[in-house]
Amino acid sequence: MAHADAHGHDDHKPSFVNRWLFSTNHKDIGTLYILFSLFAAIIGIGLSVLMRMELQHPGLQFFSDGQMWNAYVSAHGLIMVFFVIMPALIGGFGNWFVPIMIGAPDMAFPRLNNISFWLLVPAFLLLGGSLFVGGGAGAGWTIYPPLSDDTYQTGPAMDMALFALHLAGASSILGAANFITTIFNMRAPGMTLHKMPLFVWSMLVTAFLLLLAVPVLGGAITMLITDRNFGTAFFDPAGGGDPVLFQHLFWFFGHPEVYIMILPAFGIISHVISTFCKKPVFGYLGMAYAMVAIGVVGFVVWAHHMYTSGMDVDTRAYFMAATMVIAVPTGVKIFSWIATMWGGSMRFDTPMLFAIGFIFLFTVGGVTGVVLANAGITQILHNTYYVVAHFHYVLSLGAVFGIYAGIYYWIGKMSGRQYPEKLGKIHFWMTFVGVNILFFPMHFLGNQGMPRRYPDYPDAFWGWNFVASMGAYLSVASFIFFFYVMYVTFKRGAVAAPNYWGEGATTLEWQISSPPPFHSFDELPKIR
Amino acid sequence: MVGGPVPWGMGLQESGGPIKDAIASFNELVFWLMVAITVFVAILLAWCMWRYNATRNPVPSQNSHNTPLEIAWTVIPVLILLVIAVPSFRLIYYQDRARDADLTINVIGHQWFWSYQFPDHGNFTFESRPIQDEDIRPGQFRSLEVDEPLVVPVGRTIRVMTSGVDVIHSFFVPSLGVQRYTIPGRTLETWMRADRVGTFYGQCNQICGVNHWFMPIVVKAVPQEEFDAWVASARTRFARQDAPAPALAASENDTIRIAAARQ
Repeated sequence: MAHADAHGHDDHKPSFVNRWLFSTNHKDIGTLYILFSLFAAIIGIGLSVLMRMELQHPGLQFFSDGQMWNAYVSAHGLIMVFFVIMPALIGGFGNWFVPIMIGAPDMAFPRLNNISFWLLVPAFLLLGGSLFVGGGAGAGWTIYPPLSDDTYQTGPAMDMALFALHLAGASSILGAANFITTIFNMRAPGMTLHKMPLFVWSMLVTAFLLLLAVPVLGGAITMLITDRNFGTAFFDPAGGGDPVLFQHLFWFFGHPEVYIMILPAFGIISHVISTFCKKPVFGYLGMAYAMVAIGVVGFVVWAHHMYTSGMDVDTRAYFMAATMVIAVPTGVKIFSWIATMWGGSMRFDTPMLFAIGFIFLFTVGGVTGVVLANAGITQILHNTYYVVAHFHYVLSLGAVFGIYAGIYYWIGKMSGRQYPEKLGKIHFWMTFVGVNILFFPMHFLGNQGMPRRYPDYPDAFWGWNFVASMGAYLSVASFIFFFYVMYVTFKRGAVAAPNYWGEGATTLEWQISSPPPFHSFDELPKIR
Repeated sequence: MVGGPVPWGMGLQESGGPIKDAIASFNELVFWLMVAITVFVAILLAWCMWRYNATRNPVPSQNSHNTPLEIAWTVIPVLILLVIAVPSFRLIYYQDRARDADLTINVIGHQWFWSYQFPDHGNFTFESRPIQDEDIRPGQFRSLEVDEPLVVPVGRTIRVMTSGVDVIHSFFVPSLGVQRYTIPGRTLETWMRADRVGTFYGQCNQICGVNHWFMPIVVKAVPQEEFDAWVASARTRFARQDAPAPALAASENDTIRIAAARQ
């Protein structure tokens, strides 16, 4: 096995510019991704707080009109998806730990890795800038034409947002190719696919989803750009095009995209639970192939986002059945995590709290997903706050809890400084309570028929909106508190040993020092 | 009755017709199954945290396989899904379209109001626009009222044809269990029926621009005689200049004419 590398084998110390702007080291790029994600989260969460302030009471208070609202709603969605969740889970933890866990010296294509990150920066600037150009890009994150056409979103704001998606998409495709190559070709001797840690499995499946789904989005938004600027009519019925075609293309990307966001979190949660129960993950192969199954089936369920778009009833019946099938591998994962705990010797450190919170909240989000899979019910829940509650339970409480679990689990490894346990626990409880107060009442609003993307609503919806806004303030306080926890970690955190979690932590990153040396392994580790 | 949201309401809106009744009863089944699953998972988690923590169980077992268990938690969810799937399929085929409708209404979404056509009653068309906050009278609901509600006969099966002229909107009346996008260049068919006399409120449910939040829908279900009287007065009030055309052709012509004018 690999051994901690005591002597400094880097005879060169790269300058700041060389190290952080021209980085080719997977750990440095991973760090950049995580910092970028945290910065984008400040903007994305900031937008959502403004939205909750507006929705706290009926009437228009802070937003000048519906277009401004729509632009904020769209920017919030796109930022959280493309610039917070994906960079943190895939670019951040993926870059940091995939090479280490498979015993590789680095990613397969280090310079490709660098450009994957740096494409995100102009993408984010374009998207953020679009908020300040004209009325902003206010067609929702789903950018359905005709609303996203130049007739209805005039000016360059929408083009900026679309180009931002192109850049972010290119970044994801390059990153995905890099991960697939790395995982297939650079595993240490003895690290067979069936011995690979589950986080690496989750990244492999995610990378395939990215590689197959994102180009479809690229095609769709290219057609949208030419519709807007060059007189084509792919989605314009007056020219023989079809707005519903865009919906199919978008969701052919969009549905795998939601698994792209959650699968890496699945991987992290498996590691955390195994570590803090001091037990190997229950049903390892089942866990790995459940993710593969979710990935495969995830590609053939897209039109369940389009139950009210006028598809034939037989088509709806198919998409309904296929969607419900996804509950089975997801159930396998939930029950396997619980079985991992069963008979374990559990410690409740902060990462474990987030992991347990993840399982429960993902279950809640999962069962509301089963409700929404039924086209019959979705006939009156489609586009309501029930849907908003559902996808925030699986993403804002699922993927984000996965990110927090990962940060607390690995911060000592990444920084060499361990977080303060007590503050971490306070952060967990603030977040857990806050997000539930924020998102649970949205189920009620949706049942009652409150449509999403509304800056003002009938007075009957006031009560639960008020409660949700209170939850939002607690959630954002917990987010600010998180930065304090990080500050204390870097300022006064205890120096972290190579394996600070003890016997439960068995993957390769725990065999090397904290933080790992510039090149993680001097010689290839041998896997028994 | 009044079909709409109520303060602090938690469940689905009150039901005004058979489709919503069917949705509500199926939703009840799914809801309790989902509650049971969530509670089951919560109990398992709580038990593990209580029984298998480091103080109570210092030596962890290293058991990581149990084939019968793994088969069970694959097969049992499949069975639960089958229990859901059978009534679910029945529901969507029931909701899909009316076999023999008593009348047809064309619904057209505009930025930011609705228009309705009655092709079976002389093909008159009228617009239904929201009432501004300052004109709301006591007893009315802010953001939900319109100047000209869609009047329908109670207990009659109505074929609803939706189409659009500018961007996509969604014709959404929760208490009648009906929702369809109104898409430019397409006509979608569904149906609805109000079995109780009353007013049923809905709102546009697909982002459609600046006033997305301010294009309410009001469906007023009245007895047949009252409906006939309303039709008679509406035909004169909303008389069209052009001659009545067959239902579908009329709406499609409208779509093409308006869409082409924009080029």
